[in-house]
Amino acid sequence: MSELDAALETFAQEAEELLTEMEDSLLILEDTPDDSETINSVFRAMHTIKGSSGLFGFNLIVAFTHEAETILDQVRNGERSIDASLISTLLSCKDHTIKLLEFCFESPDADLPEDLQQTGDILIEQLTGQAKQEQLAVTTGTTEIENEGGDLSADNWLISLDFQQDALRNGMDPLSFIRYLKTLGEIKQILTSTPDLPSGNDMDPESCYLQFKILFKSDADKQTIEEVFEFASDDCDIKILPPDSQVEHYLNLLNTQTEEHVSLLGEMLIEAGAITKNDIDKALDAQSKQDPEQNEPAKPLGEILVEQQVIQQPVVEEALKKQEKTRQKVATESSYIRVDSNKLGQLINLVGELVISGAAMNLMVERHGLADVEEVATSMNTLVSDIRDTALELRMVQIGETFSRFRRVVRDVSKELSKDIELTISGGESELDKTVVEKINDPLTHLIRNSLDHGIESPEQRVQAGKPATGNISLNAFHESGHIVIQIIDDGAGLDSEKIVAKAINNGLITSAEEMSQQEIFNLIFEAGLSTKQQASSLSGRGVGMDVVKRNIEALRGSVNIDSIAGQGTTITIHLPLTLAIIDGFMVKTEHERYIIPLSMVEECVEMDAQEYEIDEIQHYVNLRGEVMPYLRLGDYFQNRKSHSKTGRESLVVVRFGQTKAGFVVDELLGEHQTVIKPLGKVFQSLKGITGATVLGDGNVALILDVQGLIRHATKNKQRIPSQLTSVA
Amino acid sequence: MTIETQEQNGITNITIKDEMTIYTALEQKNELAPHLKTDHELHINLSEVSEIDSAGLQILLFLKHEATTKNIDLSLLNHSQSVVEVLELLNLTAHFGDPIIISADWKSS
Repeated sequence: MSELDAALETFAQEAEELLTEMEDSLLILEDTPDDSETINSVFRAMHTIKGSSGLFGFNLIVAFTHEAETILDQVRNGERSIDASLISTLLSCKDHTIKLLEFCFESPDADLPEDLQQTGDILIEQLTGQAKQEQLAVTTGTTEIENEGGDLSADNWLISLDFQQDALRNGMDPLSFIRYLKTLGEIKQILTSTPDLPSGNDMDPESCYLQFKILFKSDADKQTIEEVFEFASDDCDIKILPPDSQVEHYLNLLNTQTEEHVSLLGEMLIEAGAITKNDIDKALDAQSKQDPEQNEPAKPLGEILVEQQVIQQPVVEEALKKQEKTRQKVATESSYIRVDSNKLGQLINLVGELVISGAAMNLMVERHGLADVEEVATSMNTLVSDIRDTALELRMVQIGETFSRFRRVVRDVSKELSKDIELTISGGESELDKTVVEKINDPLTHLIRNSLDHGIESPEQRVQAGKPATGNISLNAFHESGHIVIQIIDDGAGLDSEKIVAKAINNGLITSAEEMSQQEIFNLIFEAGLSTKQQASSLSGRGVGMDVVKRNIEALRGSVNIDSIAGQGTTITIHLPLTLAIIDGFMVKTEHERYIIPLSMVEECVEMDAQEYEIDEIQHYVNLRGEVMPYLRLGDYFQNRKSHSKTGRESLVVVRFGQTKAGFVVDELLGEHQTVIKPLGKVFQSLKGITGATVLGDGNVALILDVQGLIRHATKNKQRIPSQLTSVA
Repeated sequence: MTIETQEQNGITNITIKDEMTIYTALEQKNELAPHLKTDHELHINLSEVSEIDSAGLQILLFLKHEATTKNIDLSLLNHSQSVVEVLELLNLTAHFGDPIIISADWKSS
């Protein structure tokens, strides 16, 4: 990958993050329109994207974001108030910017297609309230330069550029940087000099002798200004001294920095925006180059910075004071690295293989009865399982980010349907595997849209029903026995079970609802071809989708359940496994076949004792210390075993999924086993009761049980006993 | 050649008929430097400079510098639009001290 491609990719990623942040901020602004910090963050997003786009020559984006930025700047300065319509327009601007970015990445040199151009113009018109003025980015007038001779350093940046001789040969054109600088602000004064220009034949026309001193007026922060010269930094000595008016600003920022951890002086200054990373690198470089022979203590960093004219003395002093203050409170600062998720996937695959070969080794150790090796093997096993856990943890992300994306969905949809709906989010800190998060996004969107459209009534209807006019949807997440549970709760009209039954019978899904529980009826809406909404809207109601939602969730080894109280609301509960790769399993054996039950679902194991637990062999019940639950003989289920020899002792493994419990009867308990889940091939995907397989240490395959499916099966048996007596032997 | 030279009454009239960029800088410098003779006044016509970049600008700066030290009368004439733009950008108009004719609409193009 070329350097430019890499830079583009970084830009794409950065832009996406900025735009997401911008959207979040805009939504916050709806509630608190005066929050200056939030306004700033919106401004920053547009501003930074404009700057970076300029560097890559995406003039289309520069032109568009410039307009948005101008408006935001007015908002920031209090010249324009922010209201709902402006926020709407800005949200559309954000969407448009995304489209522009996509377009520019795909075909950087092409002209903007008609529709994009139109959208852009309309948005700009909405923003400015007037037709787009031609050539807004025209260069600043020259007259002002002469007029303003007075307080030059007061609120102007002092930028000095000292190009090195090779600059031109390396393809730099100093002029283009200065031209670009002009898009960020106003060049008040510029001094071009060539003090090192040799005379006569010594002058090499391909060497660069140019130096510039620029007085620059801009609201951009130092980082942004420095980024203008980023590509030149190797060939140019750049010094950017902030304006005096900024000094006070930096001092304030320094004062408000948290005292949670001691930062390095440089970090504090960078955080305050007084200097940039480059400044620090250069200063550190200078520091390390000092002559060690001189027997003097190394010059403090702050002193070097002031000497290099990148910052004013008072700022450094203030930062040092602040640093001293916080020095007592030591805490390690968390730092992040970006890693390609493919690499993580590869790591986890490898760990999976390691787990399997670890198991193989254990088997050999056991078989040969090597007592001294066993000890080593045990400690290695512990390490392997630690590695496994850590590797899986790397992929864990908080679900909160996914949740907060729905703010926009809720906002847009409720506007569209002219309903008033609030979104409450809780449990966003719950973590789950990134691959799961990615795959749950679509089903969640669908369910939420569904709740918005069908669930919540219009404000008038709500008031009539004696409910507050503002509807509420809450997204909730929590961990439960190795699963993550996601709930979508609305306080809408609830499901109409009669309508569902009528429709289901109509569509031939069921013949009668007599034997069905309320819950089962509700779950019918996840069947293909059932929609209770009389009128299909653009959002939902075509009866396509809910079955897809269910399929998607089940493909993740999860389950979805719906519960509803008429007139009060609906709760959709999704259970999902935390990870899709490796689990702690519990291995059991029945009829010479080994099975794995996810350990997190195992509640307890007891002896299958007919007397003690009042086992009902006909109806398949067990009374476990007063708790009645169905049980299932795995041998009967999977191997179609007809007769029970009952010679050996049997064990009952009690498993739990959500609120329901059931027992599995097995011949032998083999204990815990680290299980690497291998998905089943297409041929086996219709198999009931199995979610996957794993390779055991001895090379055999063990099946991983779909506990949830089996529980459902066991529970069904319990309910349909009369009819089953004839069909099941 | 991209540079035309006419000598007349002790005045050397030079017309640069090409872009002044890094690609042409070496050639142009070598060609222009010999004209820096003390007994001549030097007039450089820039009307046909289609494009000028930092390297081209440097040549102009170099000529001016040389001329000043050698006490040669150097004037730049008929600046083309791109030359004007650069000189304005870098605030160098005063440095060269030549009268510049600015067309009414040069900024909007």
